[in-house]
Amino acid sequence: MTIPMEYGLWLAAILFCIGLTGVLARRDVIFMLMSVEVMLNAAGLAFIVGGAARGSADGQVMFIFILSMAAAEVSVGLALIIQLYQKFKTVDADSASQLNG
Amino acid sequence: MNSLFYIAAIIAIIATIRMVTGTNAVHSLLYLIVSLLAVSVIFFLLGAPFIAALEVIIYAGAIMVLFVFVIMMLNTGSTGVKKEHELLKPSTWIGPGIISAILFGEMLYILMRPASHPMTSPVIQPAAVGALLFSKYILIVELAAFLLAAGVIGAYHLGRKEKLSYHRYLKKEEPTT
Amino acid sequence: MPELLWLIVALPFAGSLVLALAGKHIPRLATAMIGVGSVTISAIIMLFIGVDFLHANPAGTPVHQTLWQWINVSGFSPGIAFHLDSVSLTFVFVITFVGALIHLYSAPFMWKEEGFARFFSYMNLFIGFMLLLVLADNFLLLYLGWEGVGLCSYLLIGFWYKDPANGYAARKAFTVTRVGDTAMVIGLFILFTNYHTLNIQDILQAAPHTWGPGSGIAITTAFLLLGGAIGKSAQVPLQTWLPDAMAAPSPVSALIHAATMVTAGVYLIARTHVLFELAPIVQTTVAIIGAVTLIVAGMSALYQHDIKKVLAYSTISQIGYMFVALGVGAWSAALFHFMIHAFFKSLLFLGAGSVIAVLNNEHNMFKMGGLWKKMPAVFWTFLIGACALSALPLITAGFYSKDEIIWQAYASDKGSIVLWITGLAGAFITALYTFRMVFLTFFGNAKAEPAYRPGVAMTLPLVVLAFLSFAGGFIQLPDNMGHVTLFSQFIHHTLPVTVTATSGHAAEWIAQVIAAVVSIAGLALAYRIYYNKPFPAAEPVRSPIQRFFFQGWDFDQLYDKGIVQPIVFLSRIDKNDIIDRFYTGLASIAGLFNRGLAATQNGKLRWYAMALGIGAVITLTILLYT
Repeated sequence: MTIPMEYGLWLAAILFCIGLTGVLARRDVIFMLMSVEVMLNAAGLAFIVGGAARGSADGQVMFIFILSMAAAEVSVGLALIIQLYQKFKTVDADSASQLNG
Repeated sequence: MNSLFYIAAIIAIIATIRMVTGTNAVHSLLYLIVSLLAVSVIFFLLGAPFIAALEVIIYAGAIMVLFVFVIMMLNTGSTGVKKEHELLKPSTWIGPGIISAILFGEMLYILMRPASHPMTSPVIQPAAVGALLFSKYILIVELAAFLLAAGVIGAYHLGRKEKLSYHRYLKKEEPTT
Repeated sequence: MPELLWLIVALPFAGSLVLALAGKHIPRLATAMIGVGSVTISAIIMLFIGVDFLHANPAGTPVHQTLWQWINVSGFSPGIAFHLDSVSLTFVFVITFVGALIHLYSAPFMWKEEGFARFFSYMNLFIGFMLLLVLADNFLLLYLGWEGVGLCSYLLIGFWYKDPANGYAARKAFTVTRVGDTAMVIGLFILFTNYHTLNIQDILQAAPHTWGPGSGIAITTAFLLLGGAIGKSAQVPLQTWLPDAMAAPSPVSALIHAATMVTAGVYLIARTHVLFELAPIVQTTVAIIGAVTLIVAGMSALYQHDIKKVLAYSTISQIGYMFVALGVGAWSAALFHFMIHAFFKSLLFLGAGSVIAVLNNEHNMFKMGGLWKKMPAVFWTFLIGACALSALPLITAGFYSKDEIIWQAYASDKGSIVLWITGLAGAFITALYTFRMVFLTFFGNAKAEPAYRPGVAMTLPLVVLAFLSFAGGFIQLPDNMGHVTLFSQFIHHTLPVTVTATSGHAAEWIAQVIAAVVSIAGLALAYRIYYNKPFPAAEPVRSPIQRFFFQGWDFDQLYDKGIVQPIVFLSRIDKNDIIDRFYTGLASIAGLFNRGLAATQNGKLRWYAMALGIGAVITLTILLYT
């Protein structure tokens, strides 16, 4: 494959920024969580691209770590969403602002 | 081979944008799965078949199934879609869009530097990944294990339906919620 | 027996402690026994130690006793240690002996008071701190006693604390003496930084070798110590607290004026005489302050109505004499007058206290009169005390002590004719106001009936003190009259001999005759004006000049106008805390930041995520452009 490394990294950057936009713009916590997944995936993609360019396995190892972290994060995050819904009967993140100073 | 990369990339971007802008949670979730599958194709092209498989099995499979379960449990349905429309005003996109655009611009600027390596694609075998994982990164593996255990316990604890406990003298009173 | 030295100090403290802790639970008789007993035993031990001291070989060897180390910080290691030489022995003798007599007198005098145990607890504490002051072997311990005496004077002047005026007088005494104390403690700092020790004897031995005569640092130090001395000894310009201190019960006044407190300044100067000799200017200042004080206070005493205030001003005046003596280097004369003054002044105070007590707390002399028949014991002892105070020639101790000062004020190498004339004028005024007091109180028409007669316990101290006021003078007679020098020889073990510039018996004879004539002239004038004359009991209308003297030369008004009112004025300006604005401003800026930061904590998850995103942008930007 003769595509330069930059293209892969650009793709990762694009996905990351779309994910970030989603996290910042959406108020539904489920969508926020999905956008976070996109960002994590984009970061993993960047690692894989780097690893492929250097021909080393380290990038893939990092992706595995990211994957396990994402799994843990999603499980806790979803549990929190359930709690939130039970308490407030809504999934609007802005309505759960009782910690305001 | 090159065109496969571009096609997958474009699919990933479009699917992700649809996911972020969608109003129906289940539709968005499906778009997200499409995006993840497209990325897994890219992984395969980049000579990481093991990771591509993991992406499909764990990300697009297990994690997304978790999402499905939760969406089912919450069961917002068509009212949820309506609500999402109310919450999603065009003006809310401005600020996040600007920040993301600046961040993207900066990342592009960094990546614009010359002397680029082509992404060669010698296939890296899973055995090599495993060998590295359990030698050089063994400590991080242990930590990841801790993290997952904590995630399991935390998810179990948080996901329980909260039992309202009252003092025995106050049992007669009904919970006000 | 010198090893029992510590007991002299410890006993009054122990008595005070016992009475303070258990005073409410023990009967009055036991309280009196403890209170009087502790000081009396101290006095007896003092007598034994004094005898040992006189028979030591060679005579006058100082006794030194270290109990334990007090502090030890990087070379600074003052001990709880006592140093007994002839100067401190004189003071200890007066403090314990006169103190014991005053305590004995207080027992019946204060019997009916509510705070009987409290009174004796304070009195014992007072004696204890005073003994600590005069026996201390280092300046730190001396300062402890010095401040302790100040504390006790505060407690005792405000003893009848239910009357706010007494509390005011107590606070005044405490505050005014504090001015001097501050000067003194700065002086002690200077001494420590120069000698790296506060041991008195070490400093006195080292001082002449390190500081030249008249050097700036010696003058500064001596001035600062003098500041402390005039504060405690109520000399001009810090004398204003003493007349107000009359708010205390009469035995306390006797104790403050005779045995303790006001003599601390005299002790300090005598003790640090080396420093004062190194600073001739300051020593001259001492003499001048004494001379001014004795006239100022004497004039004020002439116009008082309150019998105790007459005595208060006379105390200030007599200490002025001691300062004159110290100033001209007549060390033994100063200490001799201190001792004799302690006898007759405590006698006069106790006598006045008896008169006041039997007349139902009547202080105004113009409302007394004709008491000599009704209270003969008090009258005769009071008369002896008055004669001693007026220095009537030949028979009274006061003559021998005061005459020596007046003579030395002229004859010493530091003396001058001005000081001599001032001393004579003071003597005249002294005789005048003393016999004004005697004639108004004991002669003339009886205006009030005594409620009772003082008992034996109250009369006995008067008799003993009267004997001492009479006979005490014969241990030191001038060269031309017997030349007895028991006291000055004793003192000269420690303090230098007075250098006399003028000598010759002829001059001394003339001076003595003049002094005697002056005293008798004062008596005669008092007789002419006040003996058996009807005076209205009411307060007379005073002319401005009379009011000026009556109010103690308006020093209070001066301080009020010059110090108190400007401070009150400034504090009124600063009522809204102009300077604090700056600090409240700082606080409100912090509060502003707090509100700003609190506003960012709005609990919205997306907001926090946005902040994270902005943070990432900023971080990247910084990384890119640096």
